[in-house]
Amino acid sequence: MRLRDILLALIIGLCLWQAIVILTDAPHFILPSPWRVANAAYNSRVIIAENAWVTALEVMLGLIIGTALGVATAIQLALSKTAERLILPILVFTQAVPVFALAPLLTLWFGYGMASKIIMAVLIIYFPITSAFHDGLTRSDRGYGDLSVSMGAGRWNFMRHVQIPHALPSLGTGLKLAAVYAPIGAVIGEWVGASKGLGYLMLLANGRAKIDLMFASLIVLACLTVILHITIGILATRITRYAQGTSQK
Amino acid sequence: MADGAGWRMSTSAGITICGQHHLNDQLLFDANLCLPGGKWTCLLGRSGVGKSTILRLILGLETGGTFTGRITASDDAPLDNRISYMAQSDLLLPWLSVLDNICIGARLRGTAPDIARAQKLLARVGLCAHGHQKPNALSGGMRQRTALARTLYENRPIVFLDEPFSALDAGTRADMQELAAEVLHGRTVLLVTHDPAEAARLADQIVVMSASETRIWPTPNSPALRAINDPETLDCQARLLAYLRREHPT
Repeated sequence: MRLRDILLALIIGLCLWQAIVILTDAPHFILPSPWRVANAAYNSRVIIAENAWVTALEVMLGLIIGTALGVATAIQLALSKTAERLILPILVFTQAVPVFALAPLLTLWFGYGMASKIIMAVLIIYFPITSAFHDGLTRSDRGYGDLSVSMGAGRWNFMRHVQIPHALPSLGTGLKLAAVYAPIGAVIGEWVGASKGLGYLMLLANGRAKIDLMFASLIVLACLTVILHITIGILATRITRYAQGTSQK
Repeated sequence: MADGAGWRMSTSAGITICGQHHLNDQLLFDANLCLPGGKWTCLLGRSGVGKSTILRLILGLETGGTFTGRITASDDAPLDNRISYMAQSDLLLPWLSVLDNICIGARLRGTAPDIARAQKLLARVGLCAHGHQKPNALSGGMRQRTALARTLYENRPIVFLDEPFSALDAGTRADMQELAAEVLHGRTVLLVTHDPAEAARLADQIVVMSASETRIWPTPNSPALRAINDPETLDCQARLLAYLRREHPT
């Protein structure tokens, strides 16, 4: 996607928004104009930045911890058939529980601070990462396994030198999904109970009928998610190119 | 130590496999096959007759069936870690350089790779200028040369080749046959192939396999590697092809 296309889409979106405001004649506490939202964002820039930083930190820590746990689980499942037989059905079953429904419980257990939001983000991305990486680890060509056996390879060395690099494109796919889900987890955690973060700020602004600030927070959250998605997308492309032997030196 | 000095101190052992292999309770083959030490044996037969299964059985790989019989070496020593293997697919790891691919066996065993020896082997297969390239940058023939260097790096007295040249074009295949015959000379080699011409050129012993028997086929009197236009080799190839067509009509 080229920068020119992005700017054009942005301008069209803003024009449409302004047109709706004019045509419906909606009061500013129901649907503020883009200009009003920009004004609110500028006037509240410090408070938005502080809360955006908290949400970004929750999302990033959630991503790092969730990815680490997911990768470790996938490796363990691929190394041990017994673990695969016992743990995989439990993992699939836990996906039947909506993670959002756990938010009040997590807030009760881990408080109103960052911990409950990070855990929420971890829970929401853990399964996609585990599932995608495990799929990649177990999908390698049988020939590699045969060659490794004929070479007298150790099980862990085969995992380290063949299976893990081979599964990196699958991990990249899981990471791209995680980049979309992690902010959802963190913001839902903030809605249920928090004293900081963009989700908290949105609720606060809504309660005080500052809909322009609510819109500004929402747009900042969307921007954060897009930046995260692009960054993770670049990372996923790099690891995929590395695994395919097509990376630039 | 010069390449191969380790295994040449003792003669390459021969292998005998004698027994039946069943797949889903049905007899796949009844084999009595002897691979003479230090010689090339070419194994031919129709697809699905179990040529690769014999190779996998001796290597100790999963076959999906049950084997009843015995697999023994002529020196009565275990075959573990004495056989190296080269498949139809080159099985190069795309994220590693050519040199690192050659040394992958050492890494998989958890030992330090001997880069200097890998470089010598790379030169031996004619790829010394390509050591730092990734496999994607190589042609099919160059990739199989790399796989051959990786097989040589294992430095084992017995080498199993499972149709390693079948995906190559005719010219590259002939080049690879000559290179393999040169660098694997003196080792016990089992080459599984569908190509009568390849068998007639390379084999010290030709075995034609069917479900009921493994039949020794007369080889030309001249020593392998034989010239492509050698009349005796061409005759052997023609008779083999005629036999395979007669035995297994389409």
